[in-house]
Amino acid sequence: MSTELPTSGVPYLPAPVVAVVPENYVLEGARIRSWLLTRDHKRIALLYLASITFFFFIGGAAATLMRLELLTPNRELLSADVYNRLFTIHGVIMIWLFLVPSIPTTLGNFLVPLMIGARDLAMPRLNLASWYLFMAGGLLTLIALLAGGVDTGWTFYTPYSSAFSQTNVVLTITGIFLAGLSSIFTGLNFIVTIHTMRCPGMTWGRLPLFCWSIYATSVILVLATPVLAMALCLIGIERIFHVPIFDPAHGGDPLLFQHLFWFYSHPAVYIMILPGFGVISELIPCFARKRIFGYWFVAGSSVSIAFIGFLVWGHHMFVSGMSIYGGIVFSFLSFLVAIPSAIKVLNWTATLYKGSVSLKTPMLYAMAFMGLFVIGGLTGLYLACLAVDVHLTDTYFVVAHFHYIMVGGMVTAFLGGIHFWFPKIFGRLYPEWAGRIAAGFIFFGFNLTFFPQYVLGYLGMPRRYAGYPEEFQVLNVMSTAGASILAVGYLLPLVYLTWSAKYGKPAGANPWKAMGMEWTVSSPPPRENFHQVPVVTQEAYAYHEMTPQGGSGPILPMSRPGARIEPEWSGQ
Amino acid sequence: MPLGKGFRLLPESASNFAPQVDVLFWFLTAVSVFMTLLLCVLVGFFAIRYRRRNEDEVPPALPPRKWLEISCGLGLLGVFMVIFVWGAGLYVRMKQPARYALEIDVIGKQWMWKIQHPGGQREINELHLPLGVPVKLSMTSQDVIHSFGLPEFRIKQDVVPGSYSTQWFTPTKAGEFHLFCQEYCGMNHSAMGGKVVVMEPKAFEAWLAGVPVDDSPEARGAKLFVSYGCLHCHGQVAPTLAGLYGRSVRLSDGTVVTADESYLRESILNPAAKLVAGYPPAMPSYRGQLSEEQVTALVAYIRSMGASRGDDLRALPDADAPVTRPVNGIAPQDAAPIPPTGQPPQVTRPPFGEKPQ
Repeated sequence: MSTELPTSGVPYLPAPVVAVVPENYVLEGARIRSWLLTRDHKRIALLYLASITFFFFIGGAAATLMRLELLTPNRELLSADVYNRLFTIHGVIMIWLFLVPSIPTTLGNFLVPLMIGARDLAMPRLNLASWYLFMAGGLLTLIALLAGGVDTGWTFYTPYSSAFSQTNVVLTITGIFLAGLSSIFTGLNFIVTIHTMRCPGMTWGRLPLFCWSIYATSVILVLATPVLAMALCLIGIERIFHVPIFDPAHGGDPLLFQHLFWFYSHPAVYIMILPGFGVISELIPCFARKRIFGYWFVAGSSVSIAFIGFLVWGHHMFVSGMSIYGGIVFSFLSFLVAIPSAIKVLNWTATLYKGSVSLKTPMLYAMAFMGLFVIGGLTGLYLACLAVDVHLTDTYFVVAHFHYIMVGGMVTAFLGGIHFWFPKIFGRLYPEWAGRIAAGFIFFGFNLTFFPQYVLGYLGMPRRYAGYPEEFQVLNVMSTAGASILAVGYLLPLVYLTWSAKYGKPAGANPWKAMGMEWTVSSPPPRENFHQVPVVTQEAYAYHEMTPQGGSGPILPMSRPGARIEPEWSGQ
Repeated sequence: MPLGKGFRLLPESASNFAPQVDVLFWFLTAVSVFMTLLLCVLVGFFAIRYRRRNEDEVPPALPPRKWLEISCGLGLLGVFMVIFVWGAGLYVRMKQPARYALEIDVIGKQWMWKIQHPGGQREINELHLPLGVPVKLSMTSQDVIHSFGLPEFRIKQDVVPGSYSTQWFTPTKAGEFHLFCQEYCGMNHSAMGGKVVVMEPKAFEAWLAGVPVDDSPEARGAKLFVSYGCLHCHGQVAPTLAGLYGRSVRLSDGTVVTADESYLRESILNPAAKLVAGYPPAMPSYRGQLSEEQVTALVAYIRSMGASRGDDLRALPDADAPVTRPVNGIAPQDAAPIPPTGQPPQVTRPPFGEKPQ
């Protein structure tokens, strides 16, 4: 134990009074080795944060080049082949190397043990192994990119990817396979942690909604990702050993791949949004200083989305040649899955009612999330509706829809969460004015980039087109203009957050006066999170019981002077 | 590809389905705009009305209101079900072709569209259609998955290799409209487009008459059957092909397969894959010797060989062998013979726009 006090070694001489307890997890061990071999969930979270930020900007660079090409109708900047490789690598990196890991591996890793009063995740070594697997997968993908990339689209539709493409398909799918394996381990870790390591008094009914979201996400990760792994393996087998699984010229079935792929990839989009919901469910009660409206409805909606999300994959295949009756069933289920998300939005809005609303940067992001996610989700109804989907599928309408949810939703929630927990993670505050300016750039730039794409989609502009008919140019120029503003908006936090991590004003334990166990420990937290096992006696968002000086939270001797109880060390 | 159209915010309506899809689209938009505005007004109003006036204020807890959640959930479910039923109903109608539809074959390949009219007229990347006549497209791909998309007609369907997909519509507006490939298919995916030209029926007939006509696929297949020497073995030392299409075939390894288009195609290009029981593995592969179109023509010819023709394949198959599928709503037995090459079709059919008697 790192907090063991030294003894003099002689029984009758008093032990020297020495404090060698390190201040916090950041300073304990400053060597690279101690970071690369760490088992501390907080350090692993920062390792992931650095990795996914790196991949985000590579994927973003690809998108920048794509939008520059789309300024003009003809292929003036890039050849069609390069454009195809760019949109493929943009999708592959942004989905598997950024969005799927994003909140779970950074905020999830950092906060879940703190939120439930645990010392670490259930399997710290597995956590580190997850990061190494992720880096191996990312490295292979980067090697594939440097070797010329891949031009199949992130969806790898067969038989193009299995029998026709001449690009680095096997290298890329191996990278994705490893990254997927990493995510399965992470999900497993969270499930075991949340089940077995909640501190005394932390019942399921007092679990923070962020933990509920991470739990639902982890269930999907563990159940769905193996299907992706196998679908990619089958492509590899077909490419390397020429076994005609998907190639109809030799008896294979191209639609089989689509079913296998979308059986994973639809739940994957819920992997990519549920953690965002969890962050918003933490931000809104804090910045409205009111307990969440309908706790069990919000918790239950995360679980329902995870469940129903496994039943709707066919809505990606309405025009693929799938049966009409299958289409009708999938359409019905797709409408059903929209309802829990709508309930969440209702509950967040109702939480603001008669609250005490403060418009700090995290709250700006939360409100932006609500607006942008609702627009994205409503356009999902158009796509779930069979007759309209025939017209809109494979067009820019779909592109706009999923960017509103994944970027306008998930990335916004991620940034909101990063700003909210930044003081806790780094022990310093970021400049609020910079946060608000960046949020403004992002909100405006995002809408200018992606709203015109809805119009383009209804006009019929297809996806994955390097060139287009002239009449679509005005809307494409608007979209590119927005993308340039959005790019600035994303670069700003990179700059001021990196600066603030080292030079920002020191933050106290609870600068936002938030409830939650993570706010009861110092900023940054000590290595073992809690010096003694905490006991929870309140509901999760008991803001109405807050004292004027700040959050009350569970009774913890170290962080609340004048506390009455010294809990017994129950041993771990 | 440029059709000389100006900037617009909404596409033209060029088919019978377009107005119906558009009405549903506007309903969805009305619901979406209403909900978005409601959300923005509520959030904006609450953020201002209940803004934090004092850093130390602690608002009281409010009682839970389950009825609000349940009623909102049920209300939304009701709206969503309306949209679902409406959309599903229209979709089912979109999938049931009109009875007397002009049948047009489409073959997609990297990176072009090959279109064939029933009289044998062929087009590349263009589709001429008569106004007001329902048209049914039978589509397949030669290589990877493509998608035949006509935005102004609000229709789209993936074109899958190894199987045939169909879609139908009735053009309701004359003019030129976009044709896009809408499923990513490789390097020149974004160049794989063209136009649909809808003409008045008289103009269409004139256009049809002016297009030089090759043989129908069946006739071409018959010629290939002779010139590639298939005749020498099939019907004697090799399995007979008359009446083969659609029948079950016992293979040498004991399994039984159905002789569909995929089987026929594979047997021509890779005969060793499925050996018919009781016959020696003597057939050479024609891979590399026959183009995809030639294989399609041979398959069409074999398909057209009815059992009534008997086993006597030593006689030359005649070029005016009847086709087996209805063309322009006329049953095969009523169709006039297909004329020899170079002549315009002389099928007696009612003028476009009228149903046959």
